[in-house]
Amino acid sequence: MYDMKALYQAASVEDAVSLRMAHPEAQIIAGGSDVLVQMREGKRAGAELISIQTLDEMRGVSLEEDGTLRIGSLTSFSHITRDPLIQQYINVLGEAVDQVGGPQIRNIGTIGGNTCNGVTSADSASTLFAWDAIVELTGPQGIRRQPIGEFYIQAGKVDIREGEIQTAILIPKESYANCFGHYIKYAMRSAMDIATLGTSVNVRLSADKKTVERARVAFGVAGPVPLRAVHAEELAAGQPVSLELAEKFAQAVKEDIHPRDSWRAAKDFRLHIAVESAGRAFIESVKLAGGDL
Amino acid sequence: MSKSVGKSAIRVDAYEKASGRAKYMDDLCGREALIAKICHSTIAHGYVKAVDTTAAEAIPGVVKILTCFDVPDIPFATAGHPWSTDPSHQDVADRKLLNQHVRYYGDDVAVVLAENEVAAAQAVRALKVEYEELPFVLDPQEAMKDGAPQLHEKYPNNILAHSSVQRGDYESARQEPGLIKVEGWYDTPTVQHCHLENHGCFAYEEAGRVVVVSSTQIPHIVRRIVGQALGRPWGQIRLIKPYIGGGFGNKQDALYEPLCAWCTTQVGGRLVKLECTREETFVSNRVRHAVRTHLISYVRPDGTIVARKFESFSNQGGYASHGHSINAKGMNTTPQLYPCANVECDSWTVYTNIPVGGAMRGYGIPQAMFAAESHADDICRTLGISPLEFRRKNLMPVGFTDGFTKNELYHDTFNQCMDKGIAMMDYLRKYEDYKNQTGPVRRGVGLAVFWYNTAVWPISVETSSCRMVLNQDGSLQFQTGETEIGQGCDTAYSQMVADAVGVPLSDVHVVSTQDTDITPFGTGAYASRQTYIGGFSIIQTGQALRERILNVAHEQTRMPVSNLDLVDGQIVRKSDGRVLKSLGELATECLYSTEHSQHITAETTAQIKSNAYSFGCSVVEVEVDIPMCKVELVKMVNVHDCGRLINPALAEAQVHGGMSMAIGYGLSEELKFDPKTGKPLNNNFLDYKLSTMLDHPTLEAAFVENPEPTSPFGTKSLGEPPACSGAPAIRNAILNATGVAIDVCPITPHVLYRKFREAGLIEE
Repeated sequence: MYDMKALYQAASVEDAVSLRMAHPEAQIIAGGSDVLVQMREGKRAGAELISIQTLDEMRGVSLEEDGTLRIGSLTSFSHITRDPLIQQYINVLGEAVDQVGGPQIRNIGTIGGNTCNGVTSADSASTLFAWDAIVELTGPQGIRRQPIGEFYIQAGKVDIREGEIQTAILIPKESYANCFGHYIKYAMRSAMDIATLGTSVNVRLSADKKTVERARVAFGVAGPVPLRAVHAEELAAGQPVSLELAEKFAQAVKEDIHPRDSWRAAKDFRLHIAVESAGRAFIESVKLAGGDL
Repeated sequence: MSKSVGKSAIRVDAYEKASGRAKYMDDLCGREALIAKICHSTIAHGYVKAVDTTAAEAIPGVVKILTCFDVPDIPFATAGHPWSTDPSHQDVADRKLLNQHVRYYGDDVAVVLAENEVAAAQAVRALKVEYEELPFVLDPQEAMKDGAPQLHEKYPNNILAHSSVQRGDYESARQEPGLIKVEGWYDTPTVQHCHLENHGCFAYEEAGRVVVVSSTQIPHIVRRIVGQALGRPWGQIRLIKPYIGGGFGNKQDALYEPLCAWCTTQVGGRLVKLECTREETFVSNRVRHAVRTHLISYVRPDGTIVARKFESFSNQGGYASHGHSINAKGMNTTPQLYPCANVECDSWTVYTNIPVGGAMRGYGIPQAMFAAESHADDICRTLGISPLEFRRKNLMPVGFTDGFTKNELYHDTFNQCMDKGIAMMDYLRKYEDYKNQTGPVRRGVGLAVFWYNTAVWPISVETSSCRMVLNQDGSLQFQTGETEIGQGCDTAYSQMVADAVGVPLSDVHVVSTQDTDITPFGTGAYASRQTYIGGFSIIQTGQALRERILNVAHEQTRMPVSNLDLVDGQIVRKSDGRVLKSLGELATECLYSTEHSQHITAETTAQIKSNAYSFGCSVVEVEVDIPMCKVELVKMVNVHDCGRLINPALAEAQVHGGMSMAIGYGLSEELKFDPKTGKPLNNNFLDYKLSTMLDHPTLEAAFVENPEPTSPFGTKSLGEPPACSGAPAIRNAILNATGVAIDVCPITPHVLYRKFREAGLIEE
C-alpha cells in the first residue's frame, strides 16, 4: 500500500507535458523501481504521480537518418542489452545496464529513469558520459537537446525544466563509429548492488590498430555526478598502443576525479580502484578494437 | 525397522510451499485488522520526556496511539530459553513493552494503531518525541571502562555477565623455556539473520483470552513470555505458529508478540497486526553478537600447545535477550577443540547502545571458530608447520569426554572429516602449489574445523512431547511441540514416525501448525536439537501406539501379541509371515466396534538427559585479485559428521544454507553504525551485503556417518553446524594465497585494501 495522493496516466508525450504543466509538483513515474521505493521509505510519501509507463512511442532503439542512435527513454535495461543496434554500435552500454540490480529490476527499470535520477552511481551514466550522449527533452516549447554532461547539474538534480519530460537518449554517429568500449562495475557483490565505482572506457584506433586516435573515460561515484577524465583522454590521443600507455592513462585519471570519503567507501580506496579499473578497461577496449597488447 | 529413515524423501510441505498455497501469518490475518506501526527512537541513548500525539491523532484512520508512558510497569525477559524454576538461572528481565529509557537507535517508543498502513505510517511520522539525550557507547570494551555511559542500573560497567574457565596453571606453564608465543585479536561483525519472512504477528481477544498468531520458532515459550509481559496467567494466552519463512534464531525470542498482544487488549480485543519491515528487522529484532576475541598460545616448535589464554568481549547491545549464553558457549568450545592442560579463559558480555544481540545460527560458535581457527593458522605460519598436521596433532582426541555435558568423541571423526574434505579439494597438492606465488592474481586453500553441541542439556531442560492419532484408514496424524521453520523437520519427523510405528510414509500426516491449546508441549526450534530431541518422543510414542494397535490386533485375531507385528501398515503374524489384515481394516473395525470401541491414540513426553558432539570442517579455495582487493570463491567443501542421516537430500540442503551464511559472514555482511550518532547505516538489502548466488561457488556437502549412540535414530545436530567453519576457512585460504593474515571478518575489499597496503602488495 503506497501513500499516493493522485495518479495521472499520460496518454501521449503531449499529454504528459500537459499533465506536467497542470501538476507541477507531481513526480514522473516510469518503471517505478526508484520512485516506489522512495515513497515506501516516506521520502516521497503523499506524492502525486504522472505515469508515462504506457507511452510506447518512447520505447525502443532506432537509427535516425543521419546515423544517430536513438534510445527511447522508456526502453528497459533488459531490452537495451538485447537490442541488435546496441549490440552492433555500443555493446558496452548493453553490458553496463545488464549489471543493474537483478533481472526483475532490469525488466522494469528504464534508461530514462536511470539518468533522470541524477545519481552518480547509475550504471548507464558513466557509459553515456563516455560516449558523449545527448539527452532529448520534450516540453511545451518543443524539443530541446542537451549534452549529458550539462544535463547533470548536481547530485540528484538534472536539468529538466517546467513541463518537460525526457524522451530519448541519442548517441551521434561520430561518437560511436569505430568505437569499442568496456565498463567495469566495481561493487561489493556480484549482483544486486550499486556501484562503489563505475568506470567506462572506449577507444577508436587508427586503421592499422597501432595508434589510439581517441580515448574517452568516464566514471560514476568519482564525484557527485558522473564525470570525464579529460587529462587521461588528452594524454592517450594520438599515442601508440602499448601497456605503458595504459598505465599512464590509468594514473592520469587522478587529475580529474575526486571521490569522497563516506561510510560506503574511503576516498583513497576509490582512487586506487579508479586507477586500476581505468587501466584494465583501457586494455580491454583496445583489444576489442583489434589492438594488440 | 528402517524403511523411511535414511532416504531422501520429498519434503512433506514441498508442493504447498512451491505452489504458494502454504499459509503464513499474513495469509491468515483477517483484512479487518488494525495495523500497528512502531515509532522507534532516533537517538542511541536517553530518556523520552514527552510524546506529542496531537498531529498524529488527527490523521484519518488513526484509532489509538500508545506510548512508553502507557505500558504496564512490568520488566520482562525475551530470550527463547526454556523457563527455569530456579530464579538464579532465569533470563534478565530488562525491558518493557515500550521504553522511556531508550538504549539504542531503533528502540521502541510508541505504537500507532490505524485502519490501514498508510495512516499508520503517516501517524508515526507525525509523532513528536522529546528526548533527553545521554552519551552513548557502541564498543563493549569502551563500555566496560569506568565513567562510560551506563545502560542498566544493576549492571556496573555495563557488564551483563562474566564467566571463566581455568585448567592447570597457565602462568607457570608459559615459563617453560623455548616456548613460542603466538598472540592475536580477532573481530567478528554484527550481522542479521536475513530470513525470508520478516517477523510479524497478529492478536485478538476471544472468550477473555488473548490469541496470538506469530511467525515464531518457539510458540510454547512465547506464550509464557506474553503471559509474563502482560502480567496475565499463562493459560489466558494462546499462541499459534503457522508455516514461517525462516528464523535462524531471530525468532527464538519473543519479538513483538507481547506488544501486539497488549495492543489488542487496549482496543477492546480487536484484531491487531504488527508486521516488521526489513529495515526494522535489521535493527529492532535481534542480531548476531559482534565478539572480539583475544588469544595467546604458548607452543613448542613441534606445534604442541602448552599454555593458552582466551578472552572474549561480546557486544550485547541495549537489552539482555539471550545474553551471556552465547559468549559463554563460544568460550567453552575452546578448551575442548584443542585440549590443553593449562588454560585461562574469560568472557564478558557487555551492554552497549546498539541493537540487541540474540540467538543466531551457530550461537557463538561462528565467532569462536573464526578466532580459534584463524589463530590455529597463525600458529602454523609462525612455526612453519602444516595447518593439516597441526590439527591432526592437537584436535580433540578420540575418547575425549566433556565432564559437564558427558559428550564423548566416539570415533576418529575429525580426521575422517578432514580426510574427505582434503580429498575433495585436492588440498595437499594445491597447498604446495600455491606456496610461492607472485603476480597480481593468486590462489590459496584454507581449512577450518568446528565442533557443536546437539541440544541444551544440562544447561536447560530438554523435553519433547508427541501425540499420534490413528485414522480409520490406518493413516495417522502426529504432532510435536518442535517446529518446522523451513529446515525440514516435518519431513524428518514423518520419516521417523513411519518407522517407529511401522507404516508407510504416505500414511503419516504431520500437523505442521503448533497451537498451544492443542499441541503437546515442546520448546521449539533452536540449538540444532529438533531431530535429536524429537526422535526420543517419536520413538517412545510410536512404540506406545504400536502396543495399543497390537493389543487390538490380538482382540480381533486371537493371536498372541508376541506373535504379531505391524509392518508397512499391515498386521503380520510373525511365525509364518502371513498378513492377517491391514491397519486400516483394524482401525475401522476397532473404532466402530459395538463390543469394544476404541479411538487409538498415544501421547508421551520424553525427558532427555544427554547431549552429543557434532563435528565437521570447511575446505575452501580462493582466487585473490590483489590490485582489485577482491576475493573469488573458487571451490568450497563442507564435511559433517551429524551421525546417521535421516534424509540425505535435506541434510545436503541444510549444509548448503549454512555454507552460504558462512560466505556472507566471511566476506561481506556487517551491520554498520554511525560513530557520531549510533544510527544504523545499512539496515536494508541494498547496503547490507548479503551474498548472492553469483558470489557462491558450487557448494559441495559431504558426510561422515558415525551413528550417535545416545540417539534412538543415531542422529545429532546439523542445523547450525554448517555455518560455523566457513569464514575462518576462507580467511585461511586468503592467508595461503597472499601471506596476509586478516584478523577481522567480513574480509571486504575495504579491509583487503588496508591490509594489502600494509603488506606492501599494493603501492600507496
